[in-house]
Amino acid sequence: MQCPKCRGNMRTYERNGVHIEQCDNCRGIFLDYGELETLTRMESQYHAAPPPPAPGPAWGAPHGGHYGGHHHRQRSWVGMLFST
Amino acid sequence: MGLEAELAGVAAAYGGAGEPVSHPTRTDVVVLRRGEVVVKAHSLRDDVESLRLRLRAVASAAVSGVMLAPLEPEVLAVAGRAVTVWPAGRPVAQDDPGAAPWEEGARLLARLHAVPLTLLPELPAAGGPARAARALDRMSGDGPVEQLIRRAFKELPETEPLPALLTHGDWHLGQLVHRDRWLLIDVDDLGVGDPAWDLARPAAWYAAGLLDPAVWERFLGAYLASGGPALGSGEDPWRRLDVPARALTAQLAAVAVVNAERESRELDEVEHSLVESCNRIVRA
Repeated sequence: MQCPKCRGNMRTYERNGVHIEQCDNCRGIFLDYGELETLTRMESQYHAAPPPPAPGPAWGAPHGGHYGGHHHRQRSWVGMLFST
Repeated sequence: MGLEAELAGVAAAYGGAGEPVSHPTRTDVVVLRRGEVVVKAHSLRDDVESLRLRLRAVASAAVSGVMLAPLEPEVLAVAGRAVTVWPAGRPVAQDDPGAAPWEEGARLLARLHAVPLTLLPELPAAGGPARAARALDRMSGDGPVEQLIRRAFKELPETEPLPALLTHGDWHLGQLVHRDRWLLIDVDDLGVGDPAWDLARPAAWYAAGLLDPAVWERFLGAYLASGGPALGSGEDPWRRLDVPARALTAQLAAVAVVNAERESRELDEVEHSLVESCNRIVRA
């Protein structure tokens, strides 16, 4: 396929199910019908999707518990991991 | 001759050479390593007949490659104690819990739970629920914290009929040793029970905000990917985990209270998060 703007050679890429033709010469991009909408939808999903809450029981610690905190150095935590 | 000297003699009889080294463990249990042999004097409280059945089960081919097999398939009597003899293995390093073999532990539990009971000698009930009840009983005080922990344990929801499968009964990272591969150890609570109890301690740590969610996901994911049968199929894993994780939370909180009291100190931050977890349980 030739670039409609500068007649350069266009190369086809596939990214996440979207076909993209890019001109080797002017770097211009050509999208197939409907692919702009696909990209827009993917972008909004990327921005809108909240991180899925870690599943757990109703009584679980609120998100952002103590893990990763300084308790990992605490003797009682390591002791608990390794004992009855 | 003292118990430790007798145990060192037993270790030598099974090929253990060199200086005997006593391993720190529960106060009612003595574990002594001599070279490549480990000898364990079990708690006086443990029922010897149950121990005998459990030891036979781990000596059987059905759990080979899942649980460490004993060097001696019979329970010995030494200085009035029930004694078992084991090959030594390398325990999990305690310096970096995130780097511990969580996946391997989960896969071993999945394989253990999948062992058909028909391939094993008769077994007693798994010891998890009784162990939890004992931990609660050991709390002597009756302050608000003790009352809260007791309430969390007493008000466990009713459960639907549960699977009765081969269950370790007391799983934590100290129950793994490496020989040519990772293996489960400790037969004391092995038996027929609800296998979700084996996942309940990490579940309780996770629900208390102590265990990194990424580590919990690794553990749970490896269990499910190995076809572990404890949690049903394709449903919310917490449907089966909820009750045993509540029980383990109360058990861990009770142990923490007893430890702090024995050492005449306040609960630390880690221990306190288990009490907070009990508080959320009674309000859930």
